[in-house]
Amino acid sequence: MDPTEPSELVLLIVKIGFLALLWGFVLVAVRAVRLDMFGPTKRQQRREPPPMARPAPPRTPPQPARKPQSPSKLVVTKGHLAGTTIPLGSSPVTIGRAQDSTLVLEDDFASGRHARLVPHDGQWFVEDLGSTNGTFLNRSKVTSPMPVPLGAPVRIGKTVLELHR
Amino acid sequence: MTRPPIPLPPLRRPRSADLTATFAGLPLPQGTDLPPYRRRELILLVFAGVLATSALAALTFADIGELSLGIFSIGLGFFCLWALAHLAVRRFAPAADPVLLPVVVALNGLGLVMIYRLDLAKSQAAKQAGTHIPPSAAQVQLVWTLLAVIVFVLVLAVVRDHRKLARYAYTAGLIGIVGLLLPIAPGIGTSINGARLWLRVGPFSFQPSEVSKIIILIFFAGYLEKKRDVLSLASRSVLGVKLPRARDLGPVLVAWLASLGILVVQNDLGSSLLFFGMFMVVLYVATERASWFLVGFVLFMIGAVLAHSLFSHVQVRVDGWLHAFDGDNPSSTSYQLVQGLYGFAAGGMTGTGLGEGHPQKVPFANTDFIMASLGEELGLTGVMAILTLYALIVLRGMRAALGAKDAFGKLLATGLSFTLALQVFVQVGGVMRLIPLTGLTLPFVSYGGSSIVANAAIIALLLRVSDSARRAPEPASDAPLFDPGAVADSPTQVVKTT
Repeated sequence: MDPTEPSELVLLIVKIGFLALLWGFVLVAVRAVRLDMFGPTKRQQRREPPPMARPAPPRTPPQPARKPQSPSKLVVTKGHLAGTTIPLGSSPVTIGRAQDSTLVLEDDFASGRHARLVPHDGQWFVEDLGSTNGTFLNRSKVTSPMPVPLGAPVRIGKTVLELHR
Repeated sequence: MTRPPIPLPPLRRPRSADLTATFAGLPLPQGTDLPPYRRRELILLVFAGVLATSALAALTFADIGELSLGIFSIGLGFFCLWALAHLAVRRFAPAADPVLLPVVVALNGLGLVMIYRLDLAKSQAAKQAGTHIPPSAAQVQLVWTLLAVIVFVLVLAVVRDHRKLARYAYTAGLIGIVGLLLPIAPGIGTSINGARLWLRVGPFSFQPSEVSKIIILIFFAGYLEKKRDVLSLASRSVLGVKLPRARDLGPVLVAWLASLGILVVQNDLGSSLLFFGMFMVVLYVATERASWFLVGFVLFMIGAVLAHSLFSHVQVRVDGWLHAFDGDNPSSTSYQLVQGLYGFAAGGMTGTGLGEGHPQKVPFANTDFIMASLGEELGLTGVMAILTLYALIVLRGMRAALGAKDAFGKLLATGLSFTLALQVFVQVGGVMRLIPLTGLTLPFVSYGGSSIVANAAIIALLLRVSDSARRAPEPASDAPLFDPGAVADSPTQVVKTT
């Protein structure tokens, strides 16, 4: 044995310290992944406000009702596009990640051509276009075109849409 | 279906330009609304540098009992080397994944320290025996790491849009096959340890199959992107299982024959397994048909049985794996494997500590069996951390594939990250005696130039795909489409799925 050999205890501390550092790195990396997937936690947000503030939109945009009964706009209430409204005309609204959709979703859980909203007899119908993860109206899966009542949540991936007057 | 632009409702703060961009899905000018990816990457990179430096410090401390400033300059040099890669990512792929590069740097740092540690053991043994001190493998590996960083930067700089690679699919396939065959060519090909896999140019030997792997994957992805519909739709139902048509089986059979061919010609069990697995997964992802998986499994079984009955070296491997501790095996065929297992056992939960074990007792400890060396000195705790780091790389690669907007990018990223995963599984599984030993390298950790250069290129391509996936704007960050007055009062909110 070399006389300059450090003591057992010091070596034990060095060993445990290095393993702790190794796992520390793993945890920090996992945290970065988490941050990317779910966004900052409440606590992290309070500590450091994100550089580009992403203000939450109001649940229901403060727009006065114009016409009763028939919906006039499509409102995104949850998801990356939350707060976005699309005025409804007479043409169908396509939703998906494909660049030529009316509403382009930035959502990994949405398909290229995910769903569409089609007007028929003053009512809007939601139709799933064979998406991978499905379209949900009021928590039930849309298998055939279904009429969408006012204010009923239509969920596509992480995005929730509602029809408003 | 292209729609005319949507007329916008009147707003208090209209920003039609942004809106058009939002709905058209056009990329916004870079850097306007991206999360601070590169800052996160830099923080993680500094951490990885600290990790590698402290590994070297712990090793030196255990070896000579004191620390010198030299360690920190070496650590700083290592960090600066990879900081070049970080700067290249900042320049060429600003929206790319922030986790991939630092994890690779951490693994590379650990690998370099372990290779250096084995050098130390070798030179000590040589000193005691009074023989010539062998040249340092760590120095060579450091040069290869520098080369890997250069290749990484070049790939990022040259491949500005991965979709353009799809155009060269067939060319890539040809180059890849030629690359695979190069070692057979007399004059430049060399066989090391019974497998003819290397090209020797001067003092450096290079294994072209590592690079061919990527190039052939580009061919697979490009080919399947075009043929996926035919492959997935035209199928017949046999006993309730949808089987593809016979003529569509062509590409699979070609891949199968090619991988068997590599095995026959070059004695490379690992690479042929890797090629076959890579192609089957890309095929499965492209067609979304589980039946391909079935076909692949059956072909794999046939190939495995054929290889076992035809080639004696495969039989030796399988025998050494199944009967590692029987008869004469521990001192002959399975000597290396058994020594590695004893290394793991000596490591136990927390390992012996860096520089405290005897990993040099395993033959080829710094290439194929570096996991056993790491297992001995860092223990189960360290091995789990390293495997988690690999899992993170694969996870981020798959995530890039998920986010990619084009089929080619999806297939490429899936194939690349799966290849990494399969290689780690086959390598570590072999060392831990879960599966027969095949002789692949552990990506980024093992001593071996071609491996680290090729894997650096893989990471660069993954970053390229992930960059293009995220380049598209995140519209909510600058969402102009609501009343700012109402926003001022509401608390910042995290969007989550319910």
